[in-house]
Amino acid sequence: MGLSKEQIAERIAQELQDGFYVNLGIGIPTLVANYIPNNIEIMLQSENGLLGMGEFPTEENVDADLINAGKQTVTTINGSAFFDSAQSFAMIRGGHVDLTVLGAFEIDEMGNIASWMIPGKLVKGMGGAMDLVAGAENIIVAMTHANKDGESKILKKCSLPLTGVNCVKKVVTDLAVMELIDGAYHLIERAPGVSVEEIQQKTEAKLIISGDIPEMKFKS
Amino acid sequence: MHIGGLKMSGLNKVVNSYDEALLGLSNNMILMVGGFGLCGIPEGLIQRVADAGVKGLTCISNNAGVDGFGLGKLLEKRQISTMIGSYVGENKLFEELFLSGEMKVILTPQGTLAEKIRATGAGIPGFYTATGYGTDVAIGKETKEFNGKMYVLEEAYPKADFALVKAWKADTYGNLVFRKTARNFNSMIATAGKITVAEVEEIVAPGELDPDHIHIPGIYVQRVIKGNFEKRIEQRTVKK
Repeated sequence: MGLSKEQIAERIAQELQDGFYVNLGIGIPTLVANYIPNNIEIMLQSENGLLGMGEFPTEENVDADLINAGKQTVTTINGSAFFDSAQSFAMIRGGHVDLTVLGAFEIDEMGNIASWMIPGKLVKGMGGAMDLVAGAENIIVAMTHANKDGESKILKKCSLPLTGVNCVKKVVTDLAVMELIDGAYHLIERAPGVSVEEIQQKTEAKLIISGDIPEMKFKS
Repeated sequence: MHIGGLKMSGLNKVVNSYDEALLGLSNNMILMVGGFGLCGIPEGLIQRVADAGVKGLTCISNNAGVDGFGLGKLLEKRQISTMIGSYVGENKLFEELFLSGEMKVILTPQGTLAEKIRATGAGIPGFYTATGYGTDVAIGKETKEFNGKMYVLEEAYPKADFALVKAWKADTYGNLVFRKTARNFNSMIATAGKITVAEVEEIVAPGELDPDHIHIPGIYVQRVIKGNFEKRIEQRTVKK
Protein backbone atom coordinates (compact mmCIF):
# COMPACT_ATOMS: atom_id res chain seq x y z
CA MET A 1 0.00 0.00 0.00
CA GLY A 2 1.31 3.39 -0.94
CA LEU A 3 0.94 6.61 1.00
CA SER A 4 -2.30 8.56 1.31
CA LYS A 5 -2.36 12.16 0.10
CA GLU A 6 -2.01 13.26 3.71
CA GLN A 7 1.07 11.10 4.20
CA ILE A 8 2.68 12.48 1.03
CA ALA A 9 2.10 15.96 2.48
CA GLU A 10 3.45 14.90 5.87
CA ARG A 11 6.63 13.53 4.26
CA ILE A 12 7.15 16.72 2.24
CA ALA A 13 6.74 18.79 5.42
CA GLN A 14 9.90 17.09 6.71
CA GLU A 15 11.79 19.01 3.99
CA LEU A 16 10.80 22.40 5.44
CA GLN A 17 13.58 24.35 7.13
CA ASP A 18 13.46 27.09 9.74
CA GLY A 19 13.14 30.51 8.10
CA PHE A 20 11.89 29.25 4.73
CA TYR A 21 9.51 31.20 2.48
CA VAL A 22 7.40 28.51 0.81
CA ASN A 23 4.85 28.41 -2.01
CA LEU A 24 2.43 25.49 -1.89
CA GLY A 25 0.52 24.62 -5.06
CA ILE A 26 -3.08 23.47 -5.29
CA GLY A 27 -4.02 19.90 -4.28
CA ILE A 28 -1.69 17.69 -2.23
CA PRO A 29 0.85 20.56 -1.77
CA THR A 30 -1.77 22.62 0.07
CA LEU A 31 -2.02 19.84 2.68
CA VAL A 32 1.65 20.31 3.58
CA ALA A 33 0.58 23.34 5.64
CA ASN A 34 -1.12 20.95 8.08
CA TYR A 35 2.19 19.27 8.97
CA ILE A 36 4.58 22.18 9.55
CA PRO A 37 6.73 21.18 12.55
CA ASN A 38 6.05 23.27 15.66
CA ASN A 39 9.70 24.07 16.29
CA ILE A 40 10.32 25.94 13.02
CA GLU A 41 9.11 29.26 11.65
CA ILE A 42 8.13 29.47 7.99
CA MET A 43 6.08 31.86 5.90
CA LEU A 44 3.68 30.71 3.18
CA GLN A 45 3.54 32.70 -0.05
CA SER A 46 0.29 32.76 -1.99
CA GLU A 47 0.89 34.04 -5.51
CA ASN A 48 -2.29 36.11 -5.64
CA GLY A 49 -0.52 38.58 -3.36
CA LEU A 50 0.04 37.38 0.19
CA LEU A 51 3.04 36.45 2.30
CA GLY A 52 2.15 34.99 5.67
CA MET A 53 -0.93 32.96 4.87
CA GLY A 54 -2.72 31.56 7.91
CA GLU A 55 -5.33 28.87 8.39
CA PHE A 56 -8.92 28.90 7.18
CA PRO A 57 -11.09 31.50 8.93
CA THR A 58 -13.89 30.84 11.37
CA GLU A 59 -17.35 31.46 9.92
CA GLU A 60 -17.49 35.00 11.34
CA ASN A 61 -14.01 35.91 10.05
CA VAL A 62 -14.64 34.99 6.41
CA ASP A 63 -13.52 37.91 4.22
CA ALA A 64 -14.18 37.93 0.46
CA ASP A 65 -11.12 40.17 0.01
CA LEU A 66 -8.81 37.61 1.59
CA ILE A 67 -8.26 34.45 -0.42
CA ASN A 68 -5.40 32.17 -1.45
CA ALA A 69 -4.33 31.18 -4.95
CA GLY A 70 -6.84 28.34 -4.86
CA LYS A 71 -9.55 30.99 -4.30
CA GLN A 72 -10.22 29.64 -0.80
CA THR A 73 -10.95 32.05 2.02
CA VAL A 74 -7.95 32.23 4.38
CA THR A 75 -6.50 34.33 7.21
CA THR A 76 -3.15 36.03 7.75
CA ILE A 77 -0.53 35.44 10.42
CA ASN A 78 1.18 38.25 12.34
CA GLY A 79 3.83 39.81 10.15
CA SER A 80 2.04 39.11 6.88
CA ALA A 81 2.15 41.38 3.83
CA PHE A 82 -0.11 42.05 0.84
CA PHE A 83 1.15 43.04 -2.62
CA ASP A 84 0.07 43.01 -6.25
CA SER A 85 0.57 40.21 -8.76
CA ALA A 86 3.60 41.81 -10.46
CA GLN A 87 5.34 42.09 -7.09
CA SER A 88 4.31 38.53 -6.25
CA PHE A 89 5.91 37.11 -9.37
CA ALA A 90 8.96 39.33 -8.96
CA MET A 91 9.65 37.42 -5.75
CA ILE A 92 8.95 34.10 -7.47
CA ARG A 93 10.86 34.79 -10.68
CA GLY A 94 13.62 36.54 -8.79
CA GLY A 95 14.38 33.40 -6.79
CA HIS A 96 13.35 34.75 -3.39
CA VAL A 97 11.01 31.87 -2.56
CA ASP A 98 13.03 29.13 -0.86
CA LEU A 99 10.84 26.17 -1.72
CA THR A 100 8.02 25.48 -4.14
CA VAL A 101 5.85 22.38 -3.81
CA LEU A 102 3.60 21.53 -6.72
CA GLY A 103 1.69 18.68 -8.29
CA ALA A 104 2.28 17.12 -11.71
CA PHE A 105 0.73 14.78 -14.28
CA GLU A 106 4.16 13.62 -15.45
CA ILE A 107 7.86 14.30 -14.86
CA ASP A 108 10.84 12.96 -16.75
CA GLU A 109 14.54 12.24 -16.39
CA MET A 110 15.49 15.58 -17.99
CA GLY A 111 13.80 17.31 -15.06
CA ASN A 112 10.88 18.40 -17.24
CA ILE A 113 7.43 18.69 -15.72
CA ALA A 114 3.96 18.48 -17.29
CA SER A 115 1.26 19.69 -14.96
CA TRP A 116 -1.15 21.98 -16.70
CA MET A 117 -2.82 20.57 -19.78
CA ILE A 118 -4.21 17.39 -21.26
CA PRO A 119 -4.83 18.19 -24.95
CA GLY A 120 -8.47 18.01 -26.02
CA LYS A 121 -9.66 17.41 -22.47
CA LEU A 122 -8.78 19.68 -19.65
CA VAL A 123 -8.43 23.39 -20.25
CA LYS A 124 -7.76 25.24 -17.05
CA GLY A 125 -4.62 27.21 -17.83
CA MET A 126 -1.18 27.17 -16.30
CA GLY A 127 -1.88 29.85 -13.71
CA GLY A 128 1.38 30.61 -11.95
CA ALA A 129 2.91 27.14 -12.37
CA MET A 130 5.23 28.03 -15.26
CA ASP A 131 6.60 31.02 -13.36
CA LEU A 132 7.04 28.97 -10.21
CA VAL A 133 9.00 26.16 -11.88
CA ALA A 134 11.15 28.62 -13.81
CA GLY A 135 11.91 30.78 -10.79
CA ALA A 136 12.37 28.43 -7.86
CA GLU A 137 15.78 27.14 -6.89
CA ASN A 138 14.21 24.35 -4.95
CA ILE A 139 11.21 22.42 -6.24
CA ILE A 140 9.54 19.36 -4.78
CA VAL A 141 6.96 17.60 -6.91
CA ALA A 142 4.09 15.88 -5.11
CA MET A 143 2.32 13.25 -7.20
CA THR A 144 1.20 9.66 -7.49
CA HIS A 145 3.87 7.40 -8.92
CA ALA A 146 1.67 5.68 -11.49
CA ASN A 147 -1.77 6.16 -13.03
CA LYS A 148 -4.83 4.04 -12.25
CA ASP A 149 -3.69 1.41 -14.75
CA GLY A 150 -0.32 1.15 -13.03
CA GLU A 151 1.54 2.99 -15.80
CA SER A 152 4.48 5.11 -14.68
CA LYS A 153 4.17 8.90 -14.49
CA ILE A 154 7.94 9.19 -13.93
CA LEU A 155 8.98 8.96 -17.56
CA LYS A 156 11.99 9.02 -19.85
CA LYS A 157 10.27 11.85 -21.68
CA CYS A 158 7.04 13.65 -20.81
CA SER A 159 4.22 13.07 -23.30
CA LEU A 160 1.99 15.98 -22.25
CA PRO A 161 2.60 19.71 -22.89
CA LEU A 162 5.36 20.91 -20.57
CA THR A 163 5.11 23.39 -17.72
CA GLY A 164 8.87 23.82 -17.51
CA VAL A 165 12.13 22.21 -18.54
CA ASN A 166 15.04 21.00 -16.45
CA CYS A 167 13.56 22.11 -13.15
CA VAL A 168 12.57 19.04 -11.09
CA LYS A 169 15.00 18.32 -8.26
CA LYS A 170 13.05 16.11 -5.90
CA VAL A 171 9.81 14.15 -6.03
CA VAL A 172 7.70 12.64 -3.28
CA THR A 173 5.15 10.10 -4.50
CA ASP A 174 2.85 7.62 -2.82
CA LEU A 175 5.65 5.07 -3.19
CA ALA A 176 8.98 6.84 -2.90
CA VAL A 177 11.19 9.85 -2.34
CA MET A 178 13.56 10.36 -5.26
CA GLU A 179 16.15 12.95 -6.22
CA LEU A 180 17.04 13.78 -9.80
CA ILE A 181 20.80 13.93 -10.35
CA ASP A 182 22.44 14.05 -13.77
CA GLY A 183 19.56 12.56 -15.73
CA ALA A 184 18.64 9.77 -13.33
CA TYR A 185 16.30 9.45 -10.36
CA HIS A 186 18.03 8.25 -7.22
CA LEU A 187 15.81 6.33 -4.83
CA ILE A 188 16.19 7.86 -1.38
CA GLU A 189 13.32 6.38 0.62
CA ARG A 190 10.41 4.05 0.04
CA ALA A 191 6.91 4.13 1.51
CA PRO A 192 6.39 1.73 4.44
CA GLY A 193 5.74 -1.76 3.11
CA VAL A 194 6.48 -0.87 -0.52
CA SER A 195 9.24 -2.92 -2.12
CA VAL A 196 12.11 -1.58 -4.18
CA GLU A 197 10.95 -3.94 -6.95
CA GLU A 198 7.52 -2.30 -7.10
CA ILE A 199 9.09 1.16 -7.33
CA GLN A 200 11.45 -0.05 -10.06
CA GLN A 201 8.55 -1.60 -11.97
CA LYS A 202 6.52 1.63 -11.80
CA THR A 203 9.38 3.95 -12.77
CA GLU A 204 9.99 4.30 -16.50
CA ALA A 205 12.77 6.86 -16.08
CA LYS A 206 16.28 5.75 -15.27
CA LEU A 207 16.31 4.79 -11.60
CA ILE A 208 19.40 4.35 -9.47
CA ILE A 209 19.14 2.16 -6.40
CA SER A 210 22.21 1.95 -4.26
CA GLY A 211 22.41 -0.03 -1.03
CA ASP A 212 19.51 -0.59 1.32
CA ILE A 213 16.70 1.90 0.80
CA PRO A 214 15.18 2.99 4.12
CA GLU A 215 11.46 3.33 4.73
CA MET A 216 9.98 6.79 5.25
CA LYS A 217 9.34 7.66 8.88
CA PHE A 218 6.16 9.26 10.15
CA LYS A 219 5.23 10.61 13.57
CA SER A 220 1.56 9.70 13.34
CA MET B 1 -10.51 68.16 -19.99
CA HIS B 2 -12.15 65.83 -22.51
CA ILE B 3 -11.32 62.16 -22.10
CA GLY B 4 -13.16 59.65 -24.29
CA GLY B 5 -15.88 62.21 -24.98
CA LEU B 6 -16.52 62.92 -21.30
CA LYS B 7 -16.04 66.44 -19.99
CA MET B 8 -14.34 66.45 -16.61
CA SER B 9 -13.52 69.40 -14.42
CA GLY B 10 -9.99 69.86 -13.14
CA LEU B 11 -8.57 66.79 -11.44
CA ASN B 12 -11.92 65.54 -10.26
CA LYS B 13 -12.35 62.02 -11.66
CA VAL B 14 -15.68 61.13 -10.10
CA VAL B 15 -18.55 60.11 -12.36
CA ASN B 16 -22.04 59.42 -11.10
CA SER B 17 -23.34 56.79 -13.47
CA TYR B 18 -22.09 53.66 -15.19
CA ASP B 19 -23.07 55.28 -18.51
CA GLU B 20 -20.53 58.02 -17.85
CA ALA B 21 -18.02 55.56 -16.45
CA LEU B 22 -17.96 53.65 -19.74
CA LEU B 23 -18.74 56.46 -22.19
CA GLY B 24 -16.84 55.72 -25.39
CA LEU B 25 -17.02 51.94 -25.10
CA SER B 26 -17.52 50.32 -28.48
CA ASN B 27 -17.13 47.05 -30.39
CA ASN B 28 -13.73 45.43 -30.90
CA MET B 29 -12.03 47.28 -28.07
CA ILE B 30 -9.27 45.97 -25.82
CA LEU B 31 -10.40 45.68 -22.20
CA MET B 32 -8.21 44.87 -19.23
CA VAL B 33 -10.15 43.76 -16.17
CA GLY B 34 -8.71 43.43 -12.66
CA GLY B 35 -9.34 40.66 -10.16
CA PHE B 36 -8.14 37.20 -9.15
CA GLY B 37 -10.97 34.74 -9.52
CA LEU B 38 -13.93 36.70 -8.20
CA CYS B 39 -11.79 38.57 -5.66
CA GLY B 40 -11.44 42.27 -6.44
CA ILE B 41 -13.42 42.39 -9.68
CA PRO B 42 -15.19 45.57 -10.83
CA GLU B 43 -18.63 43.99 -10.68
CA GLY B 44 -20.74 46.95 -11.74
CA LEU B 45 -18.48 47.90 -14.63
CA ILE B 46 -18.55 44.33 -15.97
CA GLN B 47 -22.34 44.33 -15.69
CA ARG B 48 -22.46 47.60 -17.64
CA VAL B 49 -20.26 46.13 -20.41
CA ALA B 50 -22.65 43.15 -20.54
CA ASP B 51 -25.68 45.45 -20.72
CA ALA B 52 -24.04 47.58 -23.43
CA GLY B 53 -23.84 44.45 -25.57
CA VAL B 54 -20.59 45.46 -27.29
CA LYS B 55 -19.01 42.60 -29.23
CA GLY B 56 -15.65 41.49 -30.53
CA LEU B 57 -13.85 42.43 -27.33
CA THR B 58 -10.32 41.41 -26.51
CA CYS B 59 -10.31 40.81 -22.78
CA ILE B 60 -7.09 40.68 -20.77
CA SER B 61 -7.80 39.36 -17.29
CA ASN B 62 -6.20 36.69 -15.11
CA ASN B 63 -9.44 34.71 -15.02
CA ALA B 64 -12.70 34.68 -16.91
CA GLY B 65 -15.12 34.71 -13.98
CA VAL B 66 -17.42 31.80 -13.28
CA ASP B 67 -20.56 30.74 -15.08
CA GLY B 68 -22.95 33.67 -14.71
CA PHE B 69 -20.74 36.01 -12.68
CA GLY B 70 -17.82 38.32 -13.39
CA LEU B 71 -16.55 37.98 -16.96
CA GLY B 72 -18.77 34.89 -17.22
CA LYS B 73 -21.53 37.39 -18.00
CA LEU B 74 -19.69 38.53 -21.13
CA LEU B 75 -19.00 34.95 -22.16
CA GLU B 76 -22.70 34.13 -21.99
CA LYS B 77 -23.48 36.91 -24.47
CA ARG B 78 -20.53 35.93 -26.69
CA GLN B 79 -19.07 39.45 -26.35
CA ILE B 80 -15.46 38.32 -26.08
CA SER B 81 -13.69 37.23 -29.26
CA THR B 82 -10.22 36.93 -27.73
CA MET B 83 -9.54 36.08 -24.10
CA ILE B 84 -6.05 36.48 -22.63
CA GLY B 85 -5.58 35.06 -19.14
CA SER B 86 -3.71 32.49 -17.07
CA TYR B 87 -6.34 30.28 -15.46
CA VAL B 88 -9.94 29.61 -16.35
CA GLY B 89 -10.63 27.14 -13.58
CA GLU B 90 -14.08 25.75 -13.28
CA ASN B 91 -15.79 27.86 -15.92
CA LYS B 92 -17.64 25.32 -18.10
CA LEU B 93 -18.80 27.77 -20.75
CA PHE B 94 -15.27 29.07 -21.15
CA GLU B 95 -13.99 25.56 -21.73
CA GLU B 96 -16.68 24.92 -24.34
CA LEU B 97 -16.03 28.17 -26.22
CA PHE B 98 -12.29 27.47 -26.15
CA LEU B 99 -12.43 23.84 -27.25
CA SER B 100 -14.97 24.58 -30.01
CA GLY B 101 -12.76 27.39 -31.31
CA GLU B 102 -15.59 29.92 -31.02
CA MET B 103 -13.40 32.14 -28.85
CA LYS B 104 -9.68 32.67 -29.32
CA VAL B 105 -7.82 32.04 -26.08
CA ILE B 106 -4.25 32.99 -25.32
CA LEU B 107 -3.23 31.27 -22.10
CA THR B 108 -0.36 33.17 -20.55
CA PRO B 109 1.65 32.31 -17.44
CA GLN B 110 0.36 34.37 -14.54
CA GLY B 111 3.64 36.12 -13.74
CA THR B 112 4.26 36.87 -17.41
CA LEU B 113 0.73 38.23 -17.71
CA ALA B 114 1.28 40.49 -14.70
CA GLU B 115 4.62 41.72 -16.00
CA LYS B 116 3.31 42.31 -19.55
CA ILE B 117 0.56 44.49 -18.10
CA ARG B 118 3.05 46.28 -15.85
CA ALA B 119 5.34 46.83 -18.85
CA THR B 120 2.40 48.23 -20.84
CA GLY B 121 1.74 50.85 -18.20
CA ALA B 122 5.43 51.61 -17.69
CA GLY B 123 6.25 52.16 -21.37
CA ILE B 124 8.49 49.11 -21.66
CA PRO B 125 7.94 47.29 -24.97
CA GLY B 126 9.18 43.89 -23.85
CA PHE B 127 11.30 41.88 -21.44
CA TYR B 128 13.03 38.51 -21.15
CA THR B 129 11.82 35.85 -18.76
CA ALA B 130 12.78 32.24 -18.09
CA THR B 131 9.10 31.42 -17.62
CA GLY B 132 7.78 29.18 -20.37
CA TYR B 133 11.12 28.47 -22.01
CA GLY B 134 10.95 25.10 -23.78
CA THR B 135 7.14 24.97 -23.52
CA ASP B 136 4.30 25.76 -25.92
CA VAL B 137 4.06 29.37 -24.73
CA ALA B 138 7.54 30.08 -26.15
CA ILE B 139 6.65 28.88 -29.66
CA GLY B 140 7.39 31.60 -32.22
CA LYS B 141 9.05 33.85 -29.66
CA GLU B 142 12.64 35.06 -29.68
CA THR B 143 14.86 33.37 -27.10
CA LYS B 144 18.19 34.51 -25.76
CA GLU B 145 20.86 33.19 -23.41
CA PHE B 146 21.96 35.27 -20.45
CA ASN B 147 24.66 33.88 -18.15
CA GLY B 148 24.10 30.34 -19.35
CA LYS B 149 20.33 30.31 -18.90
CA MET B 150 17.70 30.60 -21.61
CA TYR B 151 15.02 33.30 -21.63
CA VAL B 152 11.97 34.13 -23.77
CA LEU B 153 11.17 37.59 -25.11
CA GLU B 154 7.70 38.66 -24.00
CA GLU B 155 6.16 41.81 -25.42
CA ALA B 156 3.96 44.33 -23.65
CA TYR B 157 0.34 44.70 -24.71
CA PRO B 158 -1.04 47.74 -26.48
CA LYS B 159 -2.66 50.06 -23.95
CA ALA B 160 -6.20 48.96 -23.13
CA ASP B 161 -9.00 51.11 -24.53
CA PHE B 162 -10.59 50.63 -21.13
CA ALA B 163 -8.84 49.36 -18.01
CA LEU B 164 -11.45 48.37 -15.45
CA VAL B 165 -10.32 48.00 -11.86
CA LYS B 166 -11.80 47.58 -8.41
CA ALA B 167 -10.32 49.43 -5.43
CA TRP B 168 -11.34 49.78 -1.82
CA LYS B 169 -11.05 53.54 -1.52
CA ALA B 170 -10.36 56.41 -3.85
CA ASP B 171 -10.21 60.12 -3.37
CA THR B 172 -11.84 62.33 -5.96
CA TYR B 173 -8.46 62.75 -7.69
CA GLY B 174 -8.36 59.02 -8.39
CA ASN B 175 -5.69 58.03 -5.87
CA LEU B 176 -6.43 54.38 -5.09
CA VAL B 177 -6.10 52.14 -2.06
CA PHE B 178 -6.75 48.42 -2.37
CA ARG B 179 -7.70 45.99 0.37
CA LYS B 180 -5.97 42.68 1.19
CA THR B 181 -5.72 40.20 -1.70
CA ALA B 182 -8.26 42.17 -3.73
CA ARG B 183 -5.27 44.19 -4.98
CA ASN B 184 -3.92 41.40 -7.26
CA PHE B 185 -3.97 42.50 -10.94
CA ASN B 186 -5.85 45.72 -10.24
CA SER B 187 -2.79 47.82 -9.54
CA MET B 188 -0.96 47.01 -12.80
CA ILE B 189 -4.13 47.16 -14.88
CA ALA B 190 -4.86 50.60 -13.46
CA THR B 191 -1.64 51.84 -15.09
CA ALA B 192 -2.25 50.27 -18.50
CA GLY B 193 -5.43 51.91 -19.78
CA LYS B 194 -6.03 54.75 -22.22
CA ILE B 195 -9.05 55.20 -19.99
CA THR B 196 -8.79 53.64 -16.54
CA VAL B 197 -12.03 53.38 -14.62
CA ALA B 198 -11.90 52.53 -10.94
CA GLU B 199 -15.00 51.16 -9.26
CA VAL B 200 -14.59 51.64 -5.52
CA GLU B 201 -16.35 51.03 -2.23
CA GLU B 202 -15.80 54.53 -0.87
CA ILE B 203 -14.83 57.92 -2.30
CA VAL B 204 -13.23 60.47 0.02
CA ALA B 205 -12.01 64.06 -0.37
CA PRO B 206 -8.40 64.78 -1.42
CA GLY B 207 -6.21 64.86 1.67
CA GLU B 208 -8.15 62.18 3.53
CA LEU B 209 -5.93 59.37 2.26
CA ASP B 210 -2.44 59.30 3.73
CA PRO B 211 -0.07 59.92 0.77
CA ASP B 212 2.21 57.22 2.20
CA HIS B 213 -0.58 54.68 1.94
CA ILE B 214 -1.69 55.22 -1.65
CA HIS B 215 -1.13 52.13 -3.80
CA ILE B 216 -1.85 53.71 -7.19
CA PRO B 217 -1.52 57.47 -7.74
CA GLY B 218 -4.40 59.21 -9.45
CA ILE B 219 -2.32 60.16 -12.50
CA TYR B 220 -3.18 56.73 -13.94
CA VAL B 221 -6.91 56.99 -13.32
CA GLN B 222 -9.39 58.85 -15.52
CA ARG B 223 -12.72 57.97 -13.94
CA VAL B 224 -13.88 56.88 -10.49
CA ILE B 225 -17.31 55.52 -9.66
CA LYS B 226 -18.75 54.34 -6.36
CA GLY B 227 -20.05 50.82 -6.81
CA ASN B 228 -22.10 48.31 -4.91
CA PHE B 229 -20.43 44.96 -4.54
CA GLU B 230 -21.87 41.53 -3.96
CA LYS B 231 -18.34 40.16 -3.38
CA ARG B 232 -19.24 36.61 -4.20
CA ILE B 233 -16.89 33.99 -2.72
CA GLU B 234 -15.72 31.19 -5.01
CA GLN B 235 -14.45 28.72 -2.40
CA ARG B 236 -15.85 29.44 1.02
CA THR B 237 -13.58 27.47 3.34
CA VAL B 238 -13.81 27.66 7.11
CA LYS B 239 -11.97 26.13 10.02
CA LYS B 240 -13.63 23.01 11.33
